[in-house]
Amino acid sequence: MDMSSSPHQAARVRLGVSGALIWGGTAILGAASLAILAVHRGETVNALWMVTAALCTYAIGYRFYGLFLARRVAGLDAARPTPAVLRRDGMDYVPTSKFVLFGHHFAAIAGAGPLVGPVLAAQMGYLPGTLWILVGVVFAGAVQDFIVLAFSTRRDGRSLGDMIRTEMGPFAGTVASVGVLAIMFILLAVLGLIVVKALAASPWGTFAVAATMPIALGMGLWLRFVRPRGVLEVSAVGVVLLLAAVWLGGRVAAEPALAALFTWSAPTLALVLMAYGFAASVLPVWLLLAPRDYLSTFLKIGTIAALAVGILVTLPELHMPAVTRFVDGTGPVFAGSLFPFLFITIACGSVSGFHALVSSGTTPKMLASEADARMIGYGAMLAESGVAIMAMIAASVLQPGAYFAMNAPAALVGGDVAHAAATISAWGFAITPDALTRLAHQVGEATVLGRAGGAPTLAVGMATIFSGVLGGDRLMAFWYHFAILFEALFILTTIDAGTRVARFMVQDFAAMASRGGVRVPALASNLLATGVAVAGWGYFLYQGVIDPLGGINTLWPLFGIANQMLACIALTFCSVVLFKLKRARVAWTTLLPTAWLALCTLTAGAEKIFAAAPAIGFLAHAAKYEAAARAGGLLAPAHSAAQMRQIILNDRVDVSLTALFMAVVVTMLACGVRSAAQARANPRVTAREAGDDMPLLRQGV
Amino acid sequence: MICRCFGKAFDLAAVGRGARETALLMLGVPDYDAYVAHVSTAHPEQTPATRDAFFTARQDARFKGGGLRCC
Repeated sequence: MDMSSSPHQAARVRLGVSGALIWGGTAILGAASLAILAVHRGETVNALWMVTAALCTYAIGYRFYGLFLARRVAGLDAARPTPAVLRRDGMDYVPTSKFVLFGHHFAAIAGAGPLVGPVLAAQMGYLPGTLWILVGVVFAGAVQDFIVLAFSTRRDGRSLGDMIRTEMGPFAGTVASVGVLAIMFILLAVLGLIVVKALAASPWGTFAVAATMPIALGMGLWLRFVRPRGVLEVSAVGVVLLLAAVWLGGRVAAEPALAALFTWSAPTLALVLMAYGFAASVLPVWLLLAPRDYLSTFLKIGTIAALAVGILVTLPELHMPAVTRFVDGTGPVFAGSLFPFLFITIACGSVSGFHALVSSGTTPKMLASEADARMIGYGAMLAESGVAIMAMIAASVLQPGAYFAMNAPAALVGGDVAHAAATISAWGFAITPDALTRLAHQVGEATVLGRAGGAPTLAVGMATIFSGVLGGDRLMAFWYHFAILFEALFILTTIDAGTRVARFMVQDFAAMASRGGVRVPALASNLLATGVAVAGWGYFLYQGVIDPLGGINTLWPLFGIANQMLACIALTFCSVVLFKLKRARVAWTTLLPTAWLALCTLTAGAEKIFAAAPAIGFLAHAAKYEAAARAGGLLAPAHSAAQMRQIILNDRVDVSLTALFMAVVVTMLACGVRSAAQARANPRVTAREAGDDMPLLRQGV
Repeated sequence: MICRCFGKAFDLAAVGRGARETALLMLGVPDYDAYVAHVSTAHPEQTPATRDAFFTARQDARFKGGGLRCC
């Protein structure tokens, strides 16, 4: 029986008079706020308008488009038992209150991504990024999270990879797995780079982050051997100790002998990070990885909540212009024009392929009712988009001159405040050397120059917002390092957990390749696979650390391409399932974002490989260094012919990786078209849901 | 304790329990009471694990496949 033939009239949204007034008013308010943001050309504009525009957009998107997706696209059925009910075991499959599950799901999807992307995108002004965050989340990001969650719920809570294998065949499944492993490498490298940029030559920050290790070890031992049930209390004590560590860090930094102990160069930090990733992923998880995960979870939720309160209470003025001249692609933070690079720079917050893995993980196993899927799948992604908006506000609160001083690489603005202030003022963002020195002094750092990667900018923005609520200027340095700690903490959590995931993937691929022919002792296999995983992301991290343009400039676009590639895979899968369910009439809901993401990733990928400007194109960059090397010259940062060769090799590796991402996208699209065509040729529903003997006739939530 | 707000009654104790349950689930630990209730109805012949053992088992299970988090 065909679901789409059931009467759509009944499912159509009906509004009463009061509903029409409320929703009409919301629409007008949202549109007016956006108009103010768009046409405003004065000195500053208040963050209130951005907050209002976002909230109205989310409310309307959730109420109307979310409901449409729930009823007509996912075909949710409140009466149909979920895996949590059918397979209830009290552990993995547990029917859970939708509010509790919302918190769990949000904590699992929210991370550093939505905080960093918007900060980088602010170089084009606040408007382009804000529009993409709002439009992207309603029509792409939340759609992906929600539909994947709904489809996984219909398939016993199976993972995205599993579902792709059963609905699109083993070949498509393998291609998707290769894509996921590749994204892990580049994701971990970029996140590691953000930590390195924030902690390089910063004894205060380095001390605070280093202090999390003994705190986590103590928590881990206590929870394993003394009182496992006391996890919330132990975590609370841990968070208090972290705050003490931030305060103590200030003392350490003020003491020259101690400060020297914690003043590390970027390459050293990169090597330490690799050693940490290796250790945390090989050691028993309860010792280091799990307790750090607990700390970072609570710090993350607490800080996001505090940031929201801070913005709402202070309603700061935004100093960044709506649109800057850097929409033309000459920006110092990342190279490349608005299309396609804005749309891959902001991934998390608009659409993040990674969420498809979370939406097909533990959440679908805990849904008490299919009717809850909209709030959790669609709603939690709207909340993450709100985090991205807050990051955009925090970045725009800074004086634009200070923003560019922090985010532009030294190769472009010079290494000291006088040069930086002169260069940036010449770009049209007036700033004095004094102002930069004062800012560094205020936040308790030797310099704020060349701290790309989002974390420090966000930290200054957050420090400005928080110090407006609590402590004034006096506490600004504390809040700055608190913000650095909190971002570093959950990035490190992603690095150690991600290294473990990558290690399991490497082991899976090795087993698949040898077809079980080679037997390796468990410990050796563990160490070897972890080594491969760490080497995979460590290579790109180190390459980024020694990059004269600061690394973020080169690597963030690769990460954006990879993340959007994953979203493209997930949305292709959703589209195929819609065709197999004979819901072709509503398949545009997933086909449109698929097409847009494919366009963005393929265009961006092609530009990263072939663009004639060495700042964008890897081949052009390699050619420039080859020409110089042939002439016997050296180009920064190389100090020897060997380093020149290394840079050229790095470019070629980047080309290969970008080409791999593009090949994965094209292959998945081809697989999707084939599966959809097969589904159309078959007059029957061919999607394989769990318990297919159950009637699929009821509809409506 | 009941708190009235916007004309609706809220049971503060229930809100507190919900907040605790949410915080625990964020760490990957599902509700212990629900687990005990499940074991005693579905498998009355089994003794449910203690609260401590339940936590330890859930912690191990959560990171068995790596413990994926988003960026």
